[in-house]
Amino acid sequence: MHVRPILSALRRHRTTAALIILEIALTCAIVCNAVFLIHSRLARIGLSSGLAEDELIRVQLTGSDKLADPKETARRDLAALAALPGVRSAASVNMLPFSSATWWSDGSVERDDPATKFSAAMYMGSENLLETLGVQLVAGRGFTHDEYVDYESMLDDELPARAVIITRSAAERLLPGKNPLGQRLYVSGKTPKTVVGVIDRLATSNEGIAMTEPSYAMIFPIHAPKIAGHLYVLRVDPARRAAVLGAIDAAIAGVDPNRSVSSRQPYREIRDEFFRGDRALALLLTGVSIALLAVTGFGIVGLASFWVQQRTRQIGIRRALGATRGDIVRYFQLENFVLATAGIALGVALAFAINLWLMRHYPIARLPLAFVPVSAGLLWLLGQLAVLGPALRAAAIPPAIATRSV
Amino acid sequence: MLAYYLDLAWRSLRRHVVLTALMILTLGFGVGASMTTLTVLHALSRDPIPGKSHKLFFVQLDPRKLAGYVPGGEPEGQLTRLDAEALLRAGRADRQAMMVGGNVGVEPVRDPGAAALPATYVDARWTSADFFPMFDVPFAAGRGWTVVEDEAAARVVVITRELADKLFGTVDAVGKSVRVNDTAMRVVGVLDAWQPPSHFYDLSVGTFGVAEQVFAPFSTSVALKLGRSGDVNCWAHSVTAAKDDDWVYALDAPCAWILFWVELDRPERVAAYRDFLIDYSIEQHKAGRFERPPTVALRDVLAWLDHKQVVPDEVHLQTAVALGFLAVCLINTVGLLLTKFLRRSPALGVRRALGASRRAIFVQLLVEAGMVGVAGGVLGLGLAWLGLLAVRHQPTDYAPLAHLDLPMLGATIALAIASSLLAGVVPAWRGCQLPPAIQLKSQ
Repeated sequence: MHVRPILSALRRHRTTAALIILEIALTCAIVCNAVFLIHSRLARIGLSSGLAEDELIRVQLTGSDKLADPKETARRDLAALAALPGVRSAASVNMLPFSSATWWSDGSVERDDPATKFSAAMYMGSENLLETLGVQLVAGRGFTHDEYVDYESMLDDELPARAVIITRSAAERLLPGKNPLGQRLYVSGKTPKTVVGVIDRLATSNEGIAMTEPSYAMIFPIHAPKIAGHLYVLRVDPARRAAVLGAIDAAIAGVDPNRSVSSRQPYREIRDEFFRGDRALALLLTGVSIALLAVTGFGIVGLASFWVQQRTRQIGIRRALGATRGDIVRYFQLENFVLATAGIALGVALAFAINLWLMRHYPIARLPLAFVPVSAGLLWLLGQLAVLGPALRAAAIPPAIATRSV
Repeated sequence: MLAYYLDLAWRSLRRHVVLTALMILTLGFGVGASMTTLTVLHALSRDPIPGKSHKLFFVQLDPRKLAGYVPGGEPEGQLTRLDAEALLRAGRADRQAMMVGGNVGVEPVRDPGAAALPATYVDARWTSADFFPMFDVPFAAGRGWTVVEDEAAARVVVITRELADKLFGTVDAVGKSVRVNDTAMRVVGVLDAWQPPSHFYDLSVGTFGVAEQVFAPFSTSVALKLGRSGDVNCWAHSVTAAKDDDWVYALDAPCAWILFWVELDRPERVAAYRDFLIDYSIEQHKAGRFERPPTVALRDVLAWLDHKQVVPDEVHLQTAVALGFLAVCLINTVGLLLTKFLRRSPALGVRRALGASRRAIFVQLLVEAGMVGVAGGVLGLGLAWLGLLAVRHQPTDYAPLAHLDLPMLGATIALAIASSLLAGVVPAWRGCQLPPAIQLKSQ
């Protein structure tokens, strides 16, 4: 099969050929970027928090600013919550991954050395926080009772804690090639914090949103119920979650009725809410991509049908001169392949241009080359499928047509 | 003649129902998707206080440490209490107000014997007297408080109509007392319905769907330690997250947490006020309080909203995607119309041979394209309406703003007509250029 007759035929239909190439190019460029965006949003939605997500409930109180002894009330709250049937453990905490509250602090590996600066998400909480969250300790130990301090004892800019637990990724990035245990980090203050343990994973509060620099999660042995506004996290038996949710208000009121529970939510819901925008965008882009491919597909069908009709006589002549049905089908398939290839080549260039523009305005990464063959393959396949019907109709044209209408 | 063309177009479109439906559908979906996203974009970037937005300015100074200073950089986003109170006292603008958000429990003051009810927790705004006239806040009853009451940290409060109704069962709550975080305060005014499209005067507590129900003097909130919300940036401590409020409240705390707006009624006043801010910064620098060279910013409402990029990235992205989709739909419609017209070449050749001018053929084909366009536009309008309905049911904080207003309705119709003409001109032009002789000969 030769390409030259196809090219010379297309030259005679420049406007239509140009239109279909432009349409394929635009579709290719948009679908390329859409698939990439969908991919990155889905990756974000699928991020692991490092928590025992299905077992956690977050409880937020209001009205605790009037308490005479917030620390003691928090201790009694936690005892009451832990005593509820179905609750395995309860802890106070200052924030949870993938939620709006954020606690950040700057630090450095070497004291006052800007080259080793990093910024870390600061988790603080009561003594059984690690087991309540369900984070996995992979090296070292949890905090001892003596290591816990009160946030209120903070003087000037010294974070009072002496010990810290960091995530595995923080250990690998900040202390590469070293045994992290026993290493010292300077976080919020001039006295170093000693790494006593390494946990497998704990996401920061806004991980996946800020894509510019890596961030690290660290846990400090600091009681901060007052400043965190009495935020509790419960680890429950998932089968009895509903019963626990119903019993929380009474347990809190039993300790001190002058407060109210402003929210009690399973952690899954908090997480889903956090990624809601990403899910909506991924869904929208999927819909638009499908619609685009459908529109382009129908466009190709319409054009191919017209060309088949217009060339009925030529097809008849070719058939009469010995071309098989297969030859005719292959002619239209090859023609479509030529158009699609031109469109895809233009589309890929356009896709990178769009990506560059997006990168300048939004926190978006560079379009990986791997997405090009995927979109190109998709459009080639679409073109071939769309042209198949008209091509088969063309092949069904009897050779006798050639003799009839002259 | 037009009636004849319409009849011809109608016959032609009916002959290829599937093709016609395909063209109308693509055009409709393209217009519908574009108009949905453009309407959302339009609603979110609307002027929140039309007629006054160019007179209201957001004030920024830079009291931070020298470390991290970049010449020409952006000053700190908020003011320290010391600076805010100094600017307020100086009174160099036509009007000025300092403010910060809060969240408090409120309950009506009851007889000692009455049963205690749990307090209602609502968002509050601690501000100064000029806030109400500056932002054209309407009163249903009573008034705002005065500068004297500001200075005296008076126990006065302005509440919304909604809260008055909830606490007292009546809008006429002026003179009654409410407990705000356990302190009795006198209601001096009740606001009428007031909900600017965006919370432009304090974006740190949210952009859309935020509404305070309690307003009280800033000085009172400090005296009673009523609490604050929004951003705090402290530069003596390295812990940048929420601080102990006692510490932030101190007059000389190195923390920026207060927003400051001024009203400047004439353009020359704007330049004068900017000079005043620079002079103030120089003075503070001399006194050793400010370490950085004078860096100030004075942006009006729209410039401030633009600077803070209040329209979410997703909305821009969705608009771009929808416009790209419309472009593909348009190209597709051009292609389909072109094939349709060229397929009719013999018939057009006959008409030309019988005396129809090129112009007549062009108009005839354009009428046919226009019919597709009008149908696509009507479909697009319906789809945009459905699309906006879907946006309103999305759990986003800007959802309630997604309404088709009159300008956008006009824009939709204009877009549909422009699209169909754009899609029709090229095919119609090509159609009328066909030489009649060849068409007749090849039959």
